[in-house]
Amino acid sequence: MLTKLFLLIGITLMYSTPLIFGGLGGVISERSGVINIGIEGMMTIGAFVGACVGYYTENPWLGLLAAGAAGGLIALLHAVASITFKADQTISGIAINLLGSGVSLFLCRLFFEGATMSKPVPHKLPKIFGSHVSNNLLKNINVDVTVVLALVCAILLWFVLYKTKWGLRIRSVGEHPAAADTLGINVTLTRYVCVILSGVFAGVGGASMTLAIISNFTPTAISGQGFIALAAVIFGKWSPHGVYGACILFGFAQALTVLLGGGNFVVPSEILSMLPYILTIVILILFVGKSSAPKADGVPYEKGSR
Amino acid sequence: MEIGSGYAVQMRGITKKFGSFCALDHIDVDIKKGTIHAMLGENGAGKSTLMNVLYGLYQSDEGEIYLEGQKVNMKNPNVAIAHGIGMVHQHFMLVDNFTVTQNIILGNEITSGAGVINMKKAREEIIKTIEKYGLSVDPDAKIEDISVGMQQRVEILKALYRGANLLILDEPTAVLTPQEIEDLIKIMNNLIKDGKTIIIITHKLKEIKESADVCTIIRRGKYIDTVDVKKVKEEELATMMVGHAVNLVVDKTEATPKDVVFEIDNLTVLDERKIPAVKNLSLKIRKGEIVGIAGIDGNGQKELVEAITNLTKVAGGTIKINGVEVQNTSPKNTIDNKIATIHEDRQRRGLVLNYTVAHNMVIEKFKEEPFSKKGFLNEKEIVEHSKQMIKEYDIRPDNCELQPVRGLSGGNQQKVIIAREVANDPDLLIAVQPTRGLDVGAIEYVHKTLIRERDKGKAVLLISFELDEVMNVSDTIAVIYDGKIVKSFKQGTVDENTIGLLMAGGKDDAKNS
Repeated sequence: MLTKLFLLIGITLMYSTPLIFGGLGGVISERSGVINIGIEGMMTIGAFVGACVGYYTENPWLGLLAAGAAGGLIALLHAVASITFKADQTISGIAINLLGSGVSLFLCRLFFEGATMSKPVPHKLPKIFGSHVSNNLLKNINVDVTVVLALVCAILLWFVLYKTKWGLRIRSVGEHPAAADTLGINVTLTRYVCVILSGVFAGVGGASMTLAIISNFTPTAISGQGFIALAAVIFGKWSPHGVYGACILFGFAQALTVLLGGGNFVVPSEILSMLPYILTIVILILFVGKSSAPKADGVPYEKGSR
Repeated sequence: MEIGSGYAVQMRGITKKFGSFCALDHIDVDIKKGTIHAMLGENGAGKSTLMNVLYGLYQSDEGEIYLEGQKVNMKNPNVAIAHGIGMVHQHFMLVDNFTVTQNIILGNEITSGAGVINMKKAREEIIKTIEKYGLSVDPDAKIEDISVGMQQRVEILKALYRGANLLILDEPTAVLTPQEIEDLIKIMNNLIKDGKTIIIITHKLKEIKESADVCTIIRRGKYIDTVDVKKVKEEELATMMVGHAVNLVVDKTEATPKDVVFEIDNLTVLDERKIPAVKNLSLKIRKGEIVGIAGIDGNGQKELVEAITNLTKVAGGTIKINGVEVQNTSPKNTIDNKIATIHEDRQRRGLVLNYTVAHNMVIEKFKEEPFSKKGFLNEKEIVEHSKQMIKEYDIRPDNCELQPVRGLSGGNQQKVIIAREVANDPDLLIAVQPTRGLDVGAIEYVHKTLIRERDKGKAVLLISFELDEVMNVSDTIAVIYDGKIVKSFKQGTVDENTIGLLMAGGKDDAKNS
């Protein structure tokens, strides 16, 4: 029984990790007032770049860094479109999503002899108790370092947002950019930094899939995690701790899928694998509209001009 | 005048263009240290633009700014703040879900190394300033929970916290009750005693007379004059502001009300959050009578109007016109029952901005003959009708029938609505904030129209946040507070202070009842 429970915890943490990174990306972007619906695309790019760099350099850490940089770079596109050119943020986000999967697949074929899957990385990211654990119980919760990294990032983001001057400024820009502007806060710069960081988080989230959970990039490595992360942002009320909890819940749904699928239950696996998505829809129906989005979320800032 | 250190601000030749429109045309202003200096002008005259140039929010195309004799390049608000200039905007620049303290320190945080905010120290600093100037503010309250008056004091604190010696107040009294205005004037005097300089931007003549020492008048982007407030009359200020003589007093004869035509009984309306905003409200209006509702924004006026016009459902009670109940039906039914409404926000509710003037004129009856036949619009009739209206109501420019209504000035947009609604020949005419954002001339026109309709025997319901307007135009003044009519008075039987007190939720004392 205890083994089962530990296994459940282990799988929950494993599956929730990419979601947490994606969700934190959503939080920082939307808290500054820019809707980032392109998390999925940024995660896909991160997933590919992570696996690719991890394969060629044989160093998963370099892969993780490169994935963050790639995510940040593609987020810069979103920032230019939605902040500088005041484009519709939803459209720009959708474009990023299409671009993300397209570019990843294209590059994958380019670097891996026309294959849509990359070759497995020689070294995955380490596990917290090392790779050789004999104890069965420990083995089940011997999760990837990215799990710890996600928790650290969530705590760090919470601290920055609520305890430091930068956090106060980011939140003010997302709530009332004109007020921030009159106090000499650079709204454009703040939003740029936040959107790029959002891409970095999403990129790392994608790589945490292909460098820790599985060991290579496949076209379906990222399939909906970015959108589930966005649901978690809403469910978690745009706060790092709320999003962390929401992602754990979604990860738990996925873990149940795995666990129940492996047992003697008669539930068809197709139904089971729908579980995380159904949960997302249900939660969105129940919580959208009641939650408190930043007031200026999705609204380009125009200086009071005629 | 010489450039010198005795002046807090001296502006020379300030010119600012928005495209081809010249908002400011070579303006010179001198503001002496330690005075309250008023900037007077109509809406769109350029007074706010000038102050935004001074605060660094806009960059002027030409001209120089001197602070205490030193030339300063105001390239952004940070420069202004660094030079001790603070600005309280007309629409408060406060983050609703932040606390007072967070709003004050934002952008200028007290930190204990590594960017971590030292809330305790910040709070102590703020409390010190609050006590020094007698500002009553709770540093821990959230902005969304405090009154408008207190929000304004938070804005003043924000400026003082940044070491402001010169405060610019943009239309500071627009949202305040008469009592709050008195408190504000006291605070301004405290600040002057401490050596600060204050600029107030306003178009309210009375307040200039009450508070300011010197007044600069700006008209259509041009400097007109600077006068000693004590030596001029209100009428003279008004003439300088508008450019021609205006009648500040509303001309009207005694009302001769007849039968009750409109009756609200025990009305309850919920707001978006499902909390009662109008609570068991009852009101009667007779033919040939203007009933004015005085109250501060947010006391149920919006919900009351939406209920009467069927834009929202009522939770209880009845609304009757000519004995017919109209509540919980449809906006069309309201119009068909001869209720016409001049809505508060003409750009959002009253007009389709991209439609032509002609189409806006018939928007309530385009389905009727002669404007359409068998489902097809008769454009010729529509244009003819609007041409006639434009002439009758003096809408300018005078051949605007095929222009989008967006291009008209605010006053003329309002005239389009008034023409349309009055032409419906209603039994009840509702006017909500009918003069908001209009200049003195247009205000006079709107008031005259309301009184003319009254004299034709219509019932008129006027809802306004401008107490002067309600007191001058209405025959009966009803005070709304917290969703209830707390008391009604006949015009001339009550003074402004009594009403102001009731508007703020105070109890009426016996001598006025």
